Amino acid sequence: MIKDKGTQLEAYERHTLKKRAALIVAALAAIAAALFSAGVGSITIPAWEIVKTIFGAGDAQQNTVIWGIRLPRVTAAILVGAMLASSGAVMQCVLHNPLASASTLGVSQGAAFGAAVGIIVFGGGVVNSASAATAVTVNDPYIVTLCAFVCGSFSTAVIIAISRFKRDIGPGGLVLAGVALSSLFSGGSTLLQYFADEQKLGAVVFWTFGNLGNANWTELAVLAAIFAVSMLYFLLNRWNYNAMEAGGDTARSLGVNTRAVMLVSMGVCSLSAAVAVSFVGIISFVGLVAPHIMRRFVGNDYRCLVPASAVAGALLLILADTFGKWVIAPVVLPIGAITSFFGAPLFLILLFRGGKTYG
Amino acid sequence: MVEVEGLSFAYNKSAGDVLHDVSFRLEDGKCLAVLGNNGAGKSTLIKCIDRICPAREGRVLVDGEDVHRMSGSEMAQKIAYVPQSAGAVNMTVFDTVLLGRKPYIKWDVTREDREIAASVIHSMGLDDYVLRSVSELSGGEAQKVMLARALAQEPRLLLLDEPTSNLDPRNQHEALRTVRRIAQERSISVCIILHDLNLAIRYCDSFLFLKDSQVYAFGGREVMSPENIEDVYRMHVHVMSYMGIPQIIPFPDIRI
Repeated sequence: MIKDKGTQLEAYERHTLKKRAALIVAALAAIAAALFSAGVGSITIPAWEIVKTIFGAGDAQQNTVIWGIRLPRVTAAILVGAMLASSGAVMQCVLHNPLASASTLGVSQGAAFGAAVGIIVFGGGVVNSASAATAVTVNDPYIVTLCAFVCGSFSTAVIIAISRFKRDIGPGGLVLAGVALSSLFSGGSTLLQYFADEQKLGAVVFWTFGNLGNANWTELAVLAAIFAVSMLYFLLNRWNYNAMEAGGDTARSLGVNTRAVMLVSMGVCSLSAAVAVSFVGIISFVGLVAPHIMRRFVGNDYRCLVPASAVAGALLLILADTFGKWVIAPVVLPIGAITSFFGAPLFLILLFRGGKTYG
Repeated sequence: MVEVEGLSFAYNKSAGDVLHDVSFRLEDGKCLAVLGNNGAGKSTLIKCIDRICPAREGRVLVDGEDVHRMSGSEMAQKIAYVPQSAGAVNMTVFDTVLLGRKPYIKWDVTREDREIAASVIHSMGLDDYVLRSVSELSGGEAQKVMLARALAQEPRLLLLDEPTSNLDPRNQHEALRTVRRIAQERSISVCIILHDLNLAIRYCDSFLFLKDSQVYAFGGREVMSPENIEDVYRMHVHVMSYMGIPQIIPFPDIRI
C-alpha cells in the first residue's frame, strides 16, 4: 500500500511530539518528587509550603530548614543524578557498550581513590561533628576534585585503550576490565585508610558511603556549572551520537570524526563522574540504569535520550534519597548503599537481556 | 564523473600494501562492480575511497574536486557508503534515514531535511515501516533502509559493500534493480562489491577485478571474459547468453 509521503512525515512528527511529551512528563514527575522529598525529614513540610518558601514567603524556621538543609540535599540529588545518567547514556553510545557507565567501568572507583588521596594525603577534608548531615567537610574542594578527576581519568584511559586495541572484547569483557580497575582502586583506598590517622579515616569511610547531605551551595554551584557545560557539549553532539549509534564506519562516512568525539566525550564523562564522586561519594548504577529506562520510552535517539536520561537520573536519585530518609527514620541511610541495593538487581536483569536488545 | 588515481593503502609500513596503485574512472549514472576473491582488498578499496581508511597515496576526484582535501561533512555530501551487514540498528526507520542529512545539519534538522527523508522513504517503498525499529525488519527491508539513508545524503558517488549478501534471490535482484534505477534517475555513480558474477554482469556497466591488492583488469563487458575470471577466481567458467541474459557458469571440478 503506497501512501502519500506527507502522511508519513505527519506520523513521524506525531511520534516526535510523543517523545517530547514523555520527556516533559518525566520532568514534572522529577519536580513533584523533589518537592515531596524536600518535605520528608525530622519536620514534615507539605509541598506547597516548600513552594512558598522558595518564592520567599516562608517563615523563619522554614527558611532555615528548607534553604539550609532540604533544598541543598535535593538539588545535589538532581544534579548528581542528572550528571551520572547523561554521561552514562553518552558512554554507552561512544563505547558501543550497553553496560557502560561511570561505576561499571571503574571510573567512579578511580575518582573515589583520587578523592581519598586528596583528603588524606593533601588534607582536603576533615570530620567536624557527629551529625550525619555534615559529618565530613571537604574544605578544599578543588584539590579533592582535581585528584578525583586525575584518577578517574586513569580508569577512562585504560578503558579506552582496551576498547581500541582489543576490539573483540565485547560489552561483558569491558565491564570485567572495569571490575579489575575497581578492585585496584578499592585496594588503593584501603591502603590509604590503613595508614591514615583516625580523624581522616573517619572522613574517608563516611564519605565513601555516598552522602548527599555533604553538599553546600558553593559546591552545588560548581556541580551545576560542570553539569551545564557537559550537557551543552552532549547536546551539541547529539547528531554525532545518533550517527555513532548506527556504527563506526557509517558515522565516519557521514563525516563524523568518531575518534575525537569518543575521546572528548569520555573526557567530559569522567569529569562529570569525578566531580559528582568528589562531592557526594560513589553512587552506583544510576548512570547505568537511568538511560536504559528511558531508551524504552524515547528510543535510541540521542536528541531526546540525553535530556531524558538526565531527568530519569535525577528522579531515581531523589526517590532513592527519599527512601533512605524515610525507611528507618530518623536515621538517614547513605544514598550509595540505597542505589546499590536497588541498582544491582536491575544491573543483573540488564546483563541477562542486554546482549539481545542492544548488543 | 568519479576518478580514482593511484590509491594505495597499508595497515602499517612494515607490512605490504593491502591496496596498491588502484586507478579507475566512472561516468555519472553508471554502476561499477568491484570483483575479486576474499582478501583481495575490495572492502579496503571502498573504505579508502571514503577516507574511512586513510590512503597512503593517491586521490579521489568527484566532478574534478579532490574529496580527500574536504572536511568530513563536505565529503559526506559527495560520497555515501553502506557497510556490509549494518542491520541491527535500534532506531526507527525515519530517524535512520534522517541520519543521511547529518552532513547538511548546522544546528538541527530543518523541515526540508525531514521532507527529503520522507520522499526517499516513499520512493523506496518503505512507507509502512516509518516508525518501526530497523532491528525488527527483515534483511531485505533493513538493506533498503540503509540504501535510503545513503540516498538522503544526495551523494554523487554511492559505495555499497556487498549489498546482496543477506538477501534472498528475489530481494538480491530487486535491490540491484533499485540501485540501477536510482543511479540513472539521479545520475549517481555507484561502486558495488559483489561476489555473484551473474548479478554483476547483469546489473553493472563496468567491472574492476582486484587480485593480490592490485587492479587485474578494468573495463566494460569485454573484461568479463572466461580467461580473466579463471585467472582471478582460479575456477573454470563458461560465459554465454541465455534469452539475451548474460550468464556465467562455473565448472569448479575442472582443474586449471
